[in-house]
Amino acid sequence: MSITVPPAARGRLSLEADFDVEAVRADFPILCRQIGDRPLVYLDSAATSQKPVQVLDAVERYYRESNSNVHRGAHTLGNEATELFENARRRVAAFIDADPRGLVFTRNATESLNLVASSYARELLRPGDRIVLTLMEHHSNLVPWQLAADRAGLDLAFVGLTAEGRLDMEIAARLLTEPTKLLAVVHQSNVLGTVNPIRELADLAHACGALIAVDACQSVPHMPVSVRELDVDFLAFSGHKACGPMGGGVLWARPELLERMPPFLGGGSMIQRVELERSTWAEVPNKFEAGTPDVASAHGLAAACDYLDGIGRERIHAHEQALVRHLLEVLDEAQVDVQGPREAVERGGAVSFTMGEIHPHDIATILDRDGVAIRAGHHCCQPLMRRLGVTATARASVYLYTTHAEVDALGAGLQEVRRILDPSGTPR
Amino acid sequence: MAAGPSPVEDELYREIILDHWRNPRRKGHLEPADVTVEGYNPLCGDEVLLTMRVREGSVEAIAFDGHGCSISRASASMMCEGVDGLSVADAADLVRRFKAMMLEGAGAEDLGDLEALQGVARIPLRIKCAVLPWNALLEGLERGEGTVTTEEGPLS
Repeated sequence: MSITVPPAARGRLSLEADFDVEAVRADFPILCRQIGDRPLVYLDSAATSQKPVQVLDAVERYYRESNSNVHRGAHTLGNEATELFENARRRVAAFIDADPRGLVFTRNATESLNLVASSYARELLRPGDRIVLTLMEHHSNLVPWQLAADRAGLDLAFVGLTAEGRLDMEIAARLLTEPTKLLAVVHQSNVLGTVNPIRELADLAHACGALIAVDACQSVPHMPVSVRELDVDFLAFSGHKACGPMGGGVLWARPELLERMPPFLGGGSMIQRVELERSTWAEVPNKFEAGTPDVASAHGLAAACDYLDGIGRERIHAHEQALVRHLLEVLDEAQVDVQGPREAVERGGAVSFTMGEIHPHDIATILDRDGVAIRAGHHCCQPLMRRLGVTATARASVYLYTTHAEVDALGAGLQEVRRILDPSGTPR
Repeated sequence: MAAGPSPVEDELYREIILDHWRNPRRKGHLEPADVTVEGYNPLCGDEVLLTMRVREGSVEAIAFDGHGCSISRASASMMCEGVDGLSVADAADLVRRFKAMMLEGAGAEDLGDLEALQGVARIPLRIKCAVLPWNALLEGLERGEGTVTTEEGPLS
């Protein structure tokens, strides 16, 4: 009965062993869907996650029982909705181990990053200041900085990649020096799956007097993330990738930075006193939440945080790591070219691949006929595609409800792709 | 498990589409060309470059280049074969009839081999792949040069 397990491995083994994926799947109604006559195999969670019934119920209950506008009116429903919204702020802040005064609800992570680029970089940086980005950024963590750089006369510089698809830390160290004032970097690449060393980058940035803004869309849903431990200044993620409703994004910023930054959007809720010619601003974080917020989405995201922490993101992460190891094996057997780290070390559950001359769109269309949903395209990372020398990739991504059988279904589907498109050679 | 192609033809990847994908006709770059048009799909990054020589109101020569999926390449190949030698007016009419099949559910009468692409019309996200080279052609016939993307008027 006694099996000797080295102490280091013990935690991981038990995390994987007691993860009941079938119980998890029972919480996600959409996973019962058929695509044609096949069961849905959803391998596109990096684009958006599916929603558990706990989140769906929370949203429905809000609209059925407590719907009202927030921060105004003195009636019971107004109080309830306001309380739910502010509780959601505290809950979501706790989810990333952050001070809730720095937590701003936005429409999506794109808006969160635009907020920082507009209100911090464009307004508080000076001509000649440098913003450092990387070659693996999503357009949402690239284009806003281009806009800010254009308007404020800032310089942009880019950290390149190693052959394995990791950040070239020598270039990072060289660029994180005077006159760099801000580093904007993705935590986990949505294309390569690479997990970047955020704490190390934060230390380098801070050592040269720069701030660090992190796009955490692909990390927060999948692993424990602490803004305190990472020591970051800004962190953005989208609720819909973390089992929350669509239309809910999050920006966390150090409250003292939010206090220095001018407003992003103007309107109701973000003001203190309005006169005809000028106004004063509400306290942070309300200063950055103009207009009626998506209360249901915030409340739903709080329910998603409860749900994910109820299972435990360490366990979810361990489950996904096992899936990624399996996925990499299946892709290896299918003889496709994996873009990004080939081993499940500092690598998340989004895996991009190409199949020679067979276009990713064709891969996705044929897989879809077997009920297998993957993403195909440039993944909003056109500069990275150029760096990889491809126009598009296929991408499979896993989450807490993904099974090993689904990974095998992808492998079988890829054989079908070859059967249809490969029998008499590739195109000229 | 049976090996090799199934005896029933695949409703999307019809043999004629696969043939044009594997052996594209009129692939390349005309030099010199009277008309050069780029087509671009910003959703997937696919590109088509059309070059044409138009003489005395007719398409004297046409070629396509670029990169894309099997559907977009086969569509471009079949299109170039189909409009070669047509008058500008007839070529524009063919574009209209092809787009009517893809976008409005019109029949494939008188479209010849292009009928093979009708299966694509059932997959909304792939229609743009098939129509991209045709929009580039229409732009070239009407304006003589330019750039089209799948996110402009004709598809919306």
